Amino acid sequence: MAEVVLTGVGKTYAGGVTAVTDVEFTVPDGAFCVLVGPSGCGKSTLLRMIAGLETITTGTVSIGGRVVNAVEPAERDIAMVFQNYALYPHMSVYDNMAYGLRNRGTPKAEIETRVREAARVLELGDLLARKPRQLSGGQRQRVAMGRAIVRKPQVFLFDEPLSNLDAKLRVQMRVEIRRLQRSLATTSVYVTHDQLEAMTLADMLVVMNKGRVEQIGAPLDLYRRPETLFVAGFIGAPPMNLIDVAIGPDGLRPVAGDAGIVGGLGIAVPATGARLGIRPEHLHVVGDEPAPEGGIALSYTVSAVEAVGAETFLHGRLGATGPDVVIREPGTIAAAPGTVRRVVARRDDLHLFDRETGRRIPLDA
Amino acid sequence: MVEHRPFGTALAHLTLLIGIAILAFPVYLAFVASTWDAATIANGKMPLTPGPLFLENYWRTLFVGTSGTTRQPVGGMLFNSFVMAMTIAIGKIVISLTSAFAVVYFRFPFRMTIFWLIFVTLMLPVEVRIYPTYKIVADLNMLDTYAGLTIPLIASATATLLFRQFFMTVPDELVEASKIDGAGPMKFFRDTLVPLSVTSVAAMFVIQFIYGWNQYLWPLLITTRDDMQTIVIGIKKMIVTQDALTEWQLAMATAVLAMLPPVLVVIVMQKLFVRGLVETEK
Ligand SMILES: Nc1ncnc2c1ncn2[C@@H]1O[C@H](COP(=O)(O)OP(=O)(O)OP(=O)(O)O)[C@@H](O)[C@H]1O
Ligand SMILES: [Mg+2]
Repeated sequence: MAEVVLTGVGKTYAGGVTAVTDVEFTVPDGAFCVLVGPSGCGKSTLLRMIAGLETITTGTVSIGGRVVNAVEPAERDIAMVFQNYALYPHMSVYDNMAYGLRNRGTPKAEIETRVREAARVLELGDLLARKPRQLSGGQRQRVAMGRAIVRKPQVFLFDEPLSNLDAKLRVQMRVEIRRLQRSLATTSVYVTHDQLEAMTLADMLVVMNKGRVEQIGAPLDLYRRPETLFVAGFIGAPPMNLIDVAIGPDGLRPVAGDAGIVGGLGIAVPATGARLGIRPEHLHVVGDEPAPEGGIALSYTVSAVEAVGAETFLHGRLGATGPDVVIREPGTIAAAPGTVRRVVARRDDLHLFDRETGRRIPLDA
Repeated sequence: MVEHRPFGTALAHLTLLIGIAILAFPVYLAFVASTWDAATIANGKMPLTPGPLFLENYWRTLFVGTSGTTRQPVGGMLFNSFVMAMTIAIGKIVISLTSAFAVVYFRFPFRMTIFWLIFVTLMLPVEVRIYPTYKIVADLNMLDTYAGLTIPLIASATATLLFRQFFMTVPDELVEASKIDGAGPMKFFRDTLVPLSVTSVAAMFVIQFIYGWNQYLWPLLITTRDDMQTIVIGIKKMIVTQDALTEWQLAMATAVLAMLPPVLVVIVMQKLFVRGLVETEK
């Protein structure tokens, strides 16, 4: 068991591409840390630096209190699950799992016990004699997991391990990975660009963008209080509505389109402009009751209605010509395209960001 | 292609049968000739069915030799050819596997230069560099030895390129998984790369065995003693153009015998060979 500590970690590839800049965080012992971000943001690079598959340009990585910058991958006491599984095609499932142990000189009987145990946990018992090409995608995925757990490493590293599976299997394996990690209590770092996977798996979520860390925290904290525009837009599906706003004579108003917003926020908006963020589920269609205390009311033109059963998504614009806004309401709502409705949001559900720097502007100050 | 048209199938078979007949008839004729006596062949009216002398002719060819020309039994030549073809094929495979491994997986100074140097030797087969190569072999006192016969033919750019291409298609993650599993470079080579290359190795073996078996010019230069002769040279020497009467039945028996080992190699390796050419197991 070990914690993983990254201090000022950066990576510049030989060609001069800087993939990761000044990353700093600590994964506590036994925690499940998820690195999430758009394609090319440096997640894999960071993970591979922890694994020792990529040299570290600046900063230090330490595992279990030992700086491992100059330590070979095999000596770092880590196990990695690859996106394409990277099983040895010519070895049986059993040998795939046993190979790493054999190389470490683990006694034969011990290898046998560990592989059988892993096979039992992962329900691979009947497949031990098969070759990888005789397995389904999900089974290969489990063998890759098995290869990692038989080693009983200090840290598990996962690089998008589920992205080659179909949607249903992905959900199933996600639950399984989480369950396994809980029961083994092994510190884990998991890379994905799927924010749903990130939200459901993580104890600790690290959102990355362009090689930098945007925000670190528990998934729900990030959801409730994104510190930057990037995080606000990245976490949550459908994404948060982001509306450019300015201060008008009667308070806040959107920069584009007519004045749909009623109710000021009573705070100073930076000269460079601001962006107001409201999640779809925090907007409520109402009659003509007043906006909640300190909150806002908007006029909203419905343009399309998507009823998916339990809930209904409204697509429309602010005012008559303002920016597009999505609203998520219970399935019981009745709204017809073309109608104009009054919509309100509570003050606590509003997020305001500096348009220039992307930083959050506190509303409760 | 899956089609069910009786006429098409018949036509395809007919075409194939004609092709096979054209290819196989001379071989059959050689076999028939090897079972008659010299006089029957020489009078120009050789029957198209095998004659009575099969055992006798092959016995003479293998263990006695022709009466007039080389007087060397073909058994020994077969052995020499076999040693040469095997050494060349295995040697080429071992050298090419290791050099492809070095070029693909290691970053050392002048890696690409070395790769291109290997590549350039494609343009320098033995025939082109025959004088210097002969000189070196002679100076090293390797004339009339198996070493002299095989070593100059072992270096192979073709096989190195083939294995290099194959290694480049092996996913990087396999190397990385091996690293994490605690396998060093040589262990990775032995435990993963070589087993994955089995089919390519088999294909290479077949091609290079036949290449070695069919060598003519080099053995002709390098061997002077009759007991170091290879079978391909043996055939040539049996067919005399002037004075003496060629013992055609023995020459044909030798030809048939010379054909057998490559055919056997192809048949035995066929399954692996075809897989090596069409499929990559990754
Ligand atoms: N070997 C390399 N040499 C040079 N640049 C590289 C190399 N590997 C990655 N990069 C660059 O580094 C950046 C980060 O790459 P990385 O693979 O870490 O992205 P990622 O976040 O894992 O993306 P994805 O979700 O698509 O896997 C990219 O801009 C990429 O082009
Ligand atoms: Mg990646």
